[in-house]
Amino acid sequence: MPAPLRVLLSLVLAAAALALPTAALASSLDGLVLAQDEQDGVTTGFTGRINNAAGDPAPGVRIVVEQDGEVVAEALTDNGGEWAAEVPGAGTYDVVLDLTTLPADNTLRDLESFERRSFELEEGDAQGVLFPLESGTSVGQDRGLFVRFLQFGVEGLKIGSIIAITSVGLSLIFGVTGLVNFAHGELVAIGALVAYAFHVAGDGTRAMPLVFAALIATVIGAGSGVALERGIFQPLRKRRTSLVAMLVITIGLSFLLRYGLQVVAGSAPVKYIDYAVQDRMQIGPISITPRDLGIILAALVVLGLVGLLLEKTRLGTAMRAVADNRDLAESSGIDVKKVIVAVWALGGALAALGGVFQGLATGLVQFDMGFALLLLMFAGVIVGGIGTAYGAMVGGLLVGLASEVSVLIFPVEFKLVFAFLLLIVVLLRKPTGLLGTTERFG
Amino acid sequence: METVLDIMTEALRAGVGVNGAVFALAAIGLNVQFGYTGLLQFGHVAFLLLGSYAVALTMGFFVGASGLVAIAGLLLSAVIAILLACVMALIMGGPTLKLRTDYLAIVTIAIAEILRLLTRSSLLEPLTNGVRGIQQFTDEFYALDPFEMAVSFFGRSLFTPRATWIILIGWVLVLLSSLVVWRLMSSPWGRVLKSIREDEDAARALGKNVFAYKLQALALGGGIAALAGVIRALDQSNVNPDGFLPIFTFVTYAGLIIGGAGTILGPILGPVIYWSLLQGFDAVLREGLDAGWIPETLLSSSDLSAIRFVLTGLILVLVMVFRPQGVFGNREEMVLDAN
Repeated sequence: MPAPLRVLLSLVLAAAALALPTAALASSLDGLVLAQDEQDGVTTGFTGRINNAAGDPAPGVRIVVEQDGEVVAEALTDNGGEWAAEVPGAGTYDVVLDLTTLPADNTLRDLESFERRSFELEEGDAQGVLFPLESGTSVGQDRGLFVRFLQFGVEGLKIGSIIAITSVGLSLIFGVTGLVNFAHGELVAIGALVAYAFHVAGDGTRAMPLVFAALIATVIGAGSGVALERGIFQPLRKRRTSLVAMLVITIGLSFLLRYGLQVVAGSAPVKYIDYAVQDRMQIGPISITPRDLGIILAALVVLGLVGLLLEKTRLGTAMRAVADNRDLAESSGIDVKKVIVAVWALGGALAALGGVFQGLATGLVQFDMGFALLLLMFAGVIVGGIGTAYGAMVGGLLVGLASEVSVLIFPVEFKLVFAFLLLIVVLLRKPTGLLGTTERFG
Repeated sequence: METVLDIMTEALRAGVGVNGAVFALAAIGLNVQFGYTGLLQFGHVAFLLLGSYAVALTMGFFVGASGLVAIAGLLLSAVIAILLACVMALIMGGPTLKLRTDYLAIVTIAIAEILRLLTRSSLLEPLTNGVRGIQQFTDEFYALDPFEMAVSFFGRSLFTPRATWIILIGWVLVLLSSLVVWRLMSSPWGRVLKSIREDEDAARALGKNVFAYKLQALALGGGIAALAGVIRALDQSNVNPDGFLPIFTFVTYAGLIIGGAGTILGPILGPVIYWSLLQGFDAVLREGLDAGWIPETLLSSSDLSAIRFVLTGLILVLVMVFRPQGVFGNREEMVLDAN
């Protein structure tokens, strides 16, 4: 890119970065005024009154209303402890209390059941939401920036490890075949939904422990990957279909699979039964549920195993060789066709397992959960350097961390913006990604 | 017979109605970028977002205007929409146009998502009204309607007078922009674009500034897509950030590819075929459910919206595999390649 243009772009980005904090401050003030103005007159939305443990009104507590993981409204309690948040229309919303804004020595009674609640609103409903407080301290509140940094860092590690585990396949498939697979997110959703189908019986009771269901889902994920390769992409390569045409085909496939899943599994989100309700435990300054800790540890172990597979086994070495230089690998006697099938199996298995983790972490299992993750997976893959497994791991972790930690400084609604900005900035500064060497200029 | 006519009415309404016109305009813009220049750009919906907000915000200054003043307001909206699209093309193209095709695809989606997230954020809320969006900016436009003519089809109401007016304007824009694209593509400038699509290095070797040409193609296509956004906003009388999800771009691709990328007729008729098929199929299923031909256990009416997207995916895959040049395309000319 010509120098002046690059300068212009950097300036735009810098200006945006400077504008954000002041605007964030202004908007939180707006929220305060809004909450006071609309105290009585919410047409469709949520209202409530928050009292501290002593029974007096608690001003300045922040409440966030989310829909499908995106913030749709925010409110602060006024001097009378009252708040109101207007939402755009009927729908299912999550009402979340920002624990960091609670008054000192106050915490939410029963974090698991009250911190985040889901409501279905009809047009014209003004739903009251109560947040019972009691004495005590909770996450991140009245603590130094460093502790909050750690707390959000752990959250970022959780999301990052899920992105990493799901995107290893995406990156390796690109490495061995050059295919950008827009249907990779659907493998994630297949994993989460298959696990649910085995985990929960038709009458809503537990059919088998989630751990076993997750194993079955992983195997079926591997099978789905192999089926896609054998059934669709191998024949297409034989027909000499171009990579761009195949990319468009994966978009079609992604539609087909995603909405096919909706027809089969319905559109309402469901929840796993195991590990759903847990008390937070305290590790040093960080508080975390055993579930989240388990997700992080399991994901890291799986990533380690993938590393071992790639480094120590013949198959793994072959995978790396084909990803590095397909022709050279083929001429040194590697059965490239078999390696590609193995990569799809590995990628499908990891994506499906990541789907179960994602369903556990968010408490939502839904047909379009994979597509929601897809852009973050792409961001991770490109930040790390596409075509390599380690790049996807590092990139995924970084994207998760960057977006979560940004919450410390910027409003939650910019979380995704930061993940995508990281992607663009890396492309501008180091186009090969952090660990990649692949040529990516055309 | 009656049922068949009902279904045909629905298919026709979707195909030649506002939906057809909006997606045709969007596809004409995409065709300049993808079909002629070979840019695999997936942030198309960003241009529509800018066009829609341009008209919604500009018409806010023309409340109650009538006659020439209202027309001036609408023209100003269109000009602002196109200008914003050109700025967007610079921002989007600057960092991405030198990337390989597949990276371009991913990064442009991300840029469109950033724009949507910013539009719905509290940062821009004073301007865009956040998730609530902007309403009531179309009275002046509909007051200009000189015909107030309803259209019917075998005794069935096809378009209300209000719809007829916006559909007319939409298709006039489709025609005009097609003419412009047709003229430009048969000019030396257009031939350079095609040569970039066929072989970028060859174009560069001939001393052409490939980057500048790509940027121009992005801006031209973006400008046309912004007009699609203007029509869409005027039709819906409502703009809302969440009406501009990535899926819109994918559906535009489906229409363009069905018709044939790199042709003049393809982006006009592709979306018409796509929407007629989709809505027609939808109507058939609904009639089948109502009449009890399709058992409720197999399919419920709440599945219909999902089925239309399953169908979209299926069409896209089948067309790409068996007829990648689309209905009107020429296989010789349409060589898609990754490099």
